[in-house]
Amino acid sequence: MSSLRESVHFAVRNRKLVFGVGVTLAMLLFAIVGPFLAHHPALEYGGQLSLPPTTHDGYWFGTTLLGQDVYAQFANGLRLAFIVGALGGGIAAAVGMLVGFTAGYRAGIVDEILNMLTNVVLVIPTFALLLVIAAYLQVRGVVTESIFIGLTSWPWAARALRAQTFSLVSRDFVDMARLSGRSSWKIIFQEIAPNMSSYLFMMFIILFGGAILIAATLDFIGLGPSNTISLGMMMQLSVQNAALQLHLWWWFLPPGLAIMAIVASLYVMNVGLDEVFNPKLRAM
Amino acid sequence: MRRYFLRKLIVYCLTFVLAVTIDWAIPHLMPGNPVLTLMGRIQIQDPQVAQQMYHHYMRAFNLDLPLWKQYGYFWVSLFHGDLGTSIVQFPASVSAIIVHAVPYTLGLLVPATLLSWYAGNKVGAMAARRKVLDNTALPLGYALTATPYMWLAILLSWTLAVTWHLFPVGFAYDPTAARGFTWAFIGSLLHHWFLPFLSLFLVSFGGWAIGMRNMIIYELESDYVHYLEALGAPQRLVRKYAFRNAVLPQITGLALSLGAVIAGALVTEIVFSYPGLGYQILRAITNEDYFVIQGIFLFIIVGVLIANFLVDLVYVIVDPRTRIGMQGGGS
Repeated sequence: MSSLRESVHFAVRNRKLVFGVGVTLAMLLFAIVGPFLAHHPALEYGGQLSLPPTTHDGYWFGTTLLGQDVYAQFANGLRLAFIVGALGGGIAAAVGMLVGFTAGYRAGIVDEILNMLTNVVLVIPTFALLLVIAAYLQVRGVVTESIFIGLTSWPWAARALRAQTFSLVSRDFVDMARLSGRSSWKIIFQEIAPNMSSYLFMMFIILFGGAILIAATLDFIGLGPSNTISLGMMMQLSVQNAALQLHLWWWFLPPGLAIMAIVASLYVMNVGLDEVFNPKLRAM
Repeated sequence: MRRYFLRKLIVYCLTFVLAVTIDWAIPHLMPGNPVLTLMGRIQIQDPQVAQQMYHHYMRAFNLDLPLWKQYGYFWVSLFHGDLGTSIVQFPASVSAIIVHAVPYTLGLLVPATLLSWYAGNKVGAMAARRKVLDNTALPLGYALTATPYMWLAILLSWTLAVTWHLFPVGFAYDPTAARGFTWAFIGSLLHHWFLPFLSLFLVSFGGWAIGMRNMIIYELESDYVHYLEALGAPQRLVRKYAFRNAVLPQITGLALSLGAVIAGALVTEIVFSYPGLGYQILRAITNEDYFVIQGIFLFIIVGVLIANFLVDLVYVIVDPRTRIGMQGGGS
């Protein structure tokens, strides 16, 4: 209990952590509430064309070249970004944990095979792989996109967890648990995993941010989900429709800025967490 | 050392076989018949002609053979350098399209990756544990590495090219200039090259700087550093040793980051209408030109495998532990 209190003590005093959590929560709140405040459906045409931001009729972020509400698209895209991050990052973390724990705990031939698999997926430029898969899918959805992103971005996490598990397996408390005859999975999740819970959480944060960036890149190439609009697709459409040449900055600045804000604050949050959990890094 | 390379080689061979298999299997796994899709695009009225066309295409793509034979033929044509024919840019072969696009992509990718790695490591190492520098470099680094590649490209293009006219908005060279080995043409190439390069460089730079900064901080807390300090070694020497140790994971990171950088290069090219692989991919995707997408996929895989192997070579040179067969770098 005292270690938790100590963590909280340092957490609220860590400026990086407070900043990161603050910005992330603010963005999350906006992603939840924002779409309800839009005056127009995100894909509806009908507004005045290329309208700069105005308070009139709810076009707070202006309109696109074709008269769509940029605010509605932005709020919708932000929500999708969090969904992709949570789902894609979650799946990647789950697969990474499964592979990493098993490889580290079992050792021997199982470890060899899993290690080989990890190395193969690690070497494959997964973005190119996603490109081919997505290109052949006729109907694409946010969930499918997240699943594919999750299934391709786990290797480094698995590798790191394997190393961590290795170092814990030979400890006395794990030997004790083994002697008591508990099943391997119980030992992994009750004895080993809790000892690296902070590490697991930080890994999830990185995977979360990574999934958002990958999704934005895929969407920008034109492989985004059908029948909705994401932040990456907003940037794609603005570039395609010469928004840069026409100086429609309200169309192409917000989506990238939002992605940058989310991912950067996640990373900064991570450094903060690292400093809270690792006393060596606190000294400054 | 032999064991180290043998393991690497097995991984690379497996990866290559797997990638080729995926590349072959995806069109077969997906719902729908690619020939029917193709026929739908051509829209032939006469049913008899359509029937003939269908059989022609089925035979041309070997789709009438049993699956294992199709798979075999795929490998055979691959080793003949035959990646198929583009549907949109008919009769250009996919290999020809790739050969034309690759110099532009490599011209962006290689300098941007190597220079950002070098500069990022230097700046990161300088910033670690130096309050003023750290407080400015760190937030900037995080902002850069969190920036989507295409957004920074959009930002640079809009400000420096569209608004201030300092650089051209797109393409690889001035189409009115005479092509050839003249200073004017080379100047035009460089002028068009700079913004996409800068955009790619900046995003990668942020990542390397942060990685190095964090690594140095870990190293400065390790026992050998405390020992050196206890001996009264000057700060410069201590930092030099810390840097040498911290640079090893950064070399591994170079191989790991390749996939992301390539993705970044592709979208950066799209923003600047730069005629490399990314531009070709966008064109292929909007026109459903699947052979081009599959060909570029295979090309990227082979490129990444070669680059990985080069990084392994460098690692053996830099880290003596891999040479004498001790555990180092893993596999």
